[in-house]
Amino acid sequence: MDKIIDKDMLDNIGVLFKRELQSYFNTPIAYVFIVIFLFLSGVFTFYLGNFFGRGQADLQPFFNFHPWLYLFLIPALSMRLWAEERKSGSIELLLTLPVTVAEAVLGKFLAAWVFTGIALLLTFPLWITVNYLGSPDNSVIFGGYIGSMLMAGAFLAIGSSISALTKNQVVAFIISVVVCLLFILSGLPLVLDFFTGWAPQFLISLISSFSFLTHFDSLTKGVIDLRDLIYFISLMGIWLFANIITIEMKKAD
Amino acid sequence: MSTTVEIQQLCKQFGPFTAVDNISFKVEQGEVLGFLGPNGAGKSTTMKMITGFLTPTAGTATVDGFDIMKQPLAAKRNIGYLPEGAPAYPDMTAWDFLDFIAEVRGFKGAEKTRRVQETIEKVNLSGVLHQPIDTLSKGFKRRVGLAQAILHDPKVLVLDEPTDGLDPNQKHEVRSLIGEMAKEKVIILSTHILEEVDAVCSRAIIIANGKLIADGSPNELEAKAPNHQAVTLSLSGGEAASVRKSLLAVKGVRKLEALQEAEDHLSYQVYPNQGQSIIADISTLAREQQWPVTEMHVERGRLDEVFRQLTV
Repeated sequence: MDKIIDKDMLDNIGVLFKRELQSYFNTPIAYVFIVIFLFLSGVFTFYLGNFFGRGQADLQPFFNFHPWLYLFLIPALSMRLWAEERKSGSIELLLTLPVTVAEAVLGKFLAAWVFTGIALLLTFPLWITVNYLGSPDNSVIFGGYIGSMLMAGAFLAIGSSISALTKNQVVAFIISVVVCLLFILSGLPLVLDFFTGWAPQFLISLISSFSFLTHFDSLTKGVIDLRDLIYFISLMGIWLFANIITIEMKKAD
Repeated sequence: MSTTVEIQQLCKQFGPFTAVDNISFKVEQGEVLGFLGPNGAGKSTTMKMITGFLTPTAGTATVDGFDIMKQPLAAKRNIGYLPEGAPAYPDMTAWDFLDFIAEVRGFKGAEKTRRVQETIEKVNLSGVLHQPIDTLSKGFKRRVGLAQAILHDPKVLVLDEPTDGLDPNQKHEVRSLIGEMAKEKVIILSTHILEEVDAVCSRAIIIANGKLIADGSPNELEAKAPNHQAVTLSLSGGEAASVRKSLLAVKGVRKLEALQEAEDHLSYQVYPNQGQSIIADISTLAREQQWPVTEMHVERGRLDEVFRQLTV
């Protein structure tokens, strides 16, 4: 039995990661994604979020819209991860190279995550702006970025796993949006009201505890709670594990 | 120690459909094994199982001593595989793609560059290195696929239709490349171009409906042809009835088939009894009778006839 993590594994993940990340910049995906992401961040923050009118030096309106921004942008990024490999047949090449499925899944996921991180980092002018205009609590903003990054990772893990199920990118996109939406909505009264009255209380709080919003909100308020970190990280772990199983079970069709 | 690929009782079931049905064979170093069979016969499925892409329903495949299911990474390190259709990453350039393959295969630094460059020379890719693979012609795409498979100088090469879509010159190049590499490798290739089997394979296996139905050297397979060792004789004149009679009287002749009987052109195919050679007697006869012979040769038997006979 091989060791769970060894140098070969890290090397392989690194090579796959590099290729994958590069592929974003070989195609218009990177540029389109970054431009749209920055544009929508701006629109949400300044118009819908009423950044100036609030008269507060923080990035709360910016982060508040992230779950909704990611709802559509992240599945657009993740839909191609495996569906495209299936469609073009390159999955056969990839999985007959001396790499394990886990390495391939992680390499692809990390590339997508780092790419999202690059897009997120490019919103730094906002951070500078609030520091210029007032004196915000930078640790709260930092918490917001950490939370946003973790949430993006969870969205991506879901999207990647769903992308592994199909060779059709549009199908992968739609299903990912719906599943991500459920994860967002499960904290809202809209969904919880459906259960109250007949479901036991623990079930309701369980459902509500699955929500991205619950965990993300506390992070953006600057409270870096271990439970929120564990929530996002274990969510990524579970979905990526499902991703590995899916590929192992149905490599071919 | 010489390399071998050994397949034992390999089966693959897709739902109720049996794609590969109990196939066993062993290939030794130095052999070029050709997989023949109609489309959908199970050639690609077998290759996908040997290379570890598909999990067999039953049976094993062992590559250079490593079981593809139990030690997949060790087995895969020894395999170079060109999948059907030569898939690659279309938005990468040929150079970037080969560089990526070299890295996955564990090459670094100068050694990596040397490998990539050597491979590029072997398959004549130098003109298109910096174009995205997407924009390459079918022939170049196939060569990128081939380059990817041979880059790490693997002990075992599995090539699914390596010359499909190539023009005659390119086919020739690929075949001579395979010929050059044959000595120190095990090469398994699939094709439905039968002339290719004669040109490059030292052994051929015919698969139909998932079953292995013939296994032998191209010559042995040709011997299964109905007209193997038959003599074709053409005359520019003579009396048909008497020619027929004298031919049938030759020792060892089983039957006679008239290909053409015109006034100034008689043509016959003469079939011998199993395993007998009749050309010497026929040519003596022709000389004695002073027939105006225009053509006389022994049929080797054609692979495509054997193929049709076995698979239709």
